[in-house]
Amino acid sequence: MARRLKPSENEAVQARREALRRREMRLKEQARQAKRIRPLVTPEGAALNLRIASASERAGAFLLDFSLQIMAMIIFSWLLAVAFSEMGFRGWQVAGSIAAVVIFLLRVFYFVFFEIGRKAATPGKRALGLRVAARDGGRLTANAVLARNFMRELEVFLPLTLLVMGAEDDISNWIRLLALVWAGIFVFFPLFNSEKLRVGDLIAGTMVIHAPRVKLKRDITSVDPLPAAEKHAFTTAELDAYGIHELHVLEDVLRQSTPDIKTRVADRIRAKIGRDKAEGEDDLAFLEAYYAALRARLEQRMLFGERKADKFDTR
Amino acid sequence: MNDRVMKSYRFREEREADWRALDQIVTRAERRGVKRLSDEDMLALPRLYRQAVSSLSMARSISLDQNLLAYLETLCARAYFFVYGTRASMGERIAQFFRRDWPEAVSRAALPTLLSAICLIGGAVLAFFLTLQDPEWFWTFNAGGDSRNPDASYAYLRSTLYTEDTNIADMLGAFAAQLFSHNSTIAVMAFALGFCLGIPTAVLLVYNGVSIGSFFAVFWAKGLGAEMTGWLFIHGVTELFAIILAGAAGFMIGGAVAFPGRRTRMQSLRETGNHAALVIMGAVLMLFVAALIEGFGRQLINSDTTRYVIALSSLAFWLVYFYWPRRQKPGAG
Repeated sequence: MARRLKPSENEAVQARREALRRREMRLKEQARQAKRIRPLVTPEGAALNLRIASASERAGAFLLDFSLQIMAMIIFSWLLAVAFSEMGFRGWQVAGSIAAVVIFLLRVFYFVFFEIGRKAATPGKRALGLRVAARDGGRLTANAVLARNFMRELEVFLPLTLLVMGAEDDISNWIRLLALVWAGIFVFFPLFNSEKLRVGDLIAGTMVIHAPRVKLKRDITSVDPLPAAEKHAFTTAELDAYGIHELHVLEDVLRQSTPDIKTRVADRIRAKIGRDKAEGEDDLAFLEAYYAALRARLEQRMLFGERKADKFDTR
Repeated sequence: MNDRVMKSYRFREEREADWRALDQIVTRAERRGVKRLSDEDMLALPRLYRQAVSSLSMARSISLDQNLLAYLETLCARAYFFVYGTRASMGERIAQFFRRDWPEAVSRAALPTLLSAICLIGGAVLAFFLTLQDPEWFWTFNAGGDSRNPDASYAYLRSTLYTEDTNIADMLGAFAAQLFSHNSTIAVMAFALGFCLGIPTAVLLVYNGVSIGSFFAVFWAKGLGAEMTGWLFIHGVTELFAIILAGAAGFMIGGAVAFPGRRTRMQSLRETGNHAALVIMGAVLMLFVAALIEGFGRQLINSDTTRYVIALSSLAFWLVYFYWPRRQKPGAG
């Protein structure tokens, strides 16, 4: 709460305004993220929230795959060249032809091979935690994988060919420009629909979802209470200072930040709930105790149907 | 502190072992395949999966532990894709593709195939007669420096049809070149462009037909018609058939967009797209076969009769394979 002291009043108002502005931004971002969720009701009647992969994630995965393909091509050609020269075989035309055949196979079947596989994802997609799924929640069929990857020819390789194609005169330049614009529609198609579908996804009835593997970490509240933690008991008023959003931020802080940040967060919380740092108090213990108490309080309220979204949510 | 009695904590304590067991099974299955799972795992899987799914909906309403929710969310999604995912192995799938899926998809697409054939052959016939009447047409259809043009001599044209000295390097070279030739590009493009109501597909097919027809006319005018036919069709039967099928796949997609019937456009696109993908996959395989025949067969076999025999038998083979009525598997949709 803003303190009623004259000089700092202005500052407090400013701080609150800033906090509200940030909250607004956060809510907007949340709404944006919520649009990416596709609920999928399983035959058991439970809803899974699948997250649609964003366009940038997909572009990143594709670039990774593309570089892998090119690397594989280069390595293969190099090995072939080494093998040929080691054996003193001079049929370079043969070598060229073999390389050409392998490159053709790599280009056509790289994506298909990996997406038909058990993880339904190419190495690039796997690295970014993406996978291909059928849009209706059913099985991802081999046909769908084939369809979505043959369209890639149109979406990627056609514009690429157009880019490197030389033009002799003005007219073919114009044609090239038109073709590029037209191909551009396909390239940028995923940006203009809510599910970030490529044309290939559209035809195959697939979507790409973001489902990275998450490790189950230990429950913060489950640590054997540090000796100091026992001392901390919080009143309801102290616990009602924050909401679920702050609890989650605190969880992130406890799980992954540096001791320095933890100290600063502990100081902020103490200031907020109006406590002074006790002599020899351990910041980590304080934070864990507060986290446990806050979570217990919020979960209890949630059971009664009150979700306190954040500290501004005063109910 | 009474954190020991926190509901969400007890909830987790009771179920965590099962989640981890499910996680392990799914991870193992993802790594090494379903077949490597033990019988116990297979038996435990449905129970663990259902439990994880119900844990997830419960956790959503009682727990505020972000990490726990995220973990359950992804665990359930992974298990779901595994439990309801495809089970067939790569080998079974490939076998099924050749045995049933491919010919079925092709024979169901008879109408688009006909349309596609009319475009290609129509273009070829048109260009053939135009060029025959007036060789100047050749230059309209084929810009560029191909030496097999109306000004070439009989002897030269004849020499392009037969190979005297064959060596493996040339054959491999021709094979590879064929893979990258504009024909395979045209096939894939004909499919991909079908998206735009099939119009670019038709244009591509006619254009391709025109170029074949005008070449044919050049040889025909010099009295090499029969020889040219053998040279072209030894692999051309397979190759042109593949292009026609690719065009048909394009038309299927175009038709699905233009005339979705009672379904939504997205729905019709999806259903047709899956069939068209089979057709195009087959077409790519056929192009591969055609490339083999062109690279090796055409150079090794210089007898017209053998060329005709191969052409006709491959035509017969494809027609029987695709269109011969098959017994429906009971229960197969």
